[in-house]
Amino acid sequence: MDEEFKVIDNYLMIRLPDEIDHHKSVDISAKADRYILSKKVGNVVFDFERTTFMDSSGIGVILGRYRKISCFGGKVYAVNVDSRIRRILLLSGLEKIVEIME
Amino acid sequence: MIEIIEKSEIRGVTNEMRLEFAAVSDNEAFARMVVAAFLAPLNPTLEELADVKTAVSEAVTNAVIHGYENRCRREDKIGMYCAVRKDVLEVTVTDQGVGIENVRQAMEPLFTTRPELDRSGMGFAFMEAFMDDLQVYSKPGEGTVVKMYKKIGLGSWIDSEE
Repeated sequence: MDEEFKVIDNYLMIRLPDEIDHHKSVDISAKADRYILSKKVGNVVFDFERTTFMDSSGIGVILGRYRKISCFGGKVYAVNVDSRIRRILLLSGLEKIVEIME
Repeated sequence: MIEIIEKSEIRGVTNEMRLEFAAVSDNEAFARMVVAAFLAPLNPTLEELADVKTAVSEAVTNAVIHGYENRCRREDKIGMYCAVRKDVLEVTVTDQGVGIENVRQAMEPLFTTRPELDRSGMGFAFMEAFMDDLQVYSKPGEGTVVKMYKKIGLGSWIDSEE
């Protein structure tokens, strides 16, 4: 399963793959950055619905996109976060920059 | 360096396996799957399984990106050794890459030498959080050995209660 991108208004929605590791994250980041630049989106929504595995590479993906959009006042959101993903986000202190939507 | 560390602890092993694979990023998922399969007879909980897979993913990713400087050459090899002593799993991940000059600094959360690659600097912190014990040996120019231990057992305890 590959990640999917969709632009709705000013939001880039990223439907993340089942596993997010270093191998997958390189591609996700590169594609996301193309959307951020070409479509001029202000905010990014990470959808974890299909995601069953994530390591610290996923943190890098979120942190990197946050750095790209936050200087223009953009925000980063996480949706469909299960207890495992939540634990990883909290462990990295990412709850300070990512809004986890219930 | 690597041999000395491995030979010192062969007593009391009930099961073990050794693997060598190319230091390419595709093998991060492969290493996780192998560990999960090796661990299955110990009846781990889903939580324990996810913890071990995450830690192994971090160690192997470190070897690919930092040990072998993200070159992704098939000649560069990563070694993985897994052993079980009673209910404790040991995973050792080794590389013969560039090594780490300052291990203590490398293990600090958020410290990374590769911010341009979107690395979060959380690799060792995750290994520490998800395993019970973590030891890192490294020598510049020779490579790095990461040893991790985790007690696996909540699963069998739940079974016997039922």
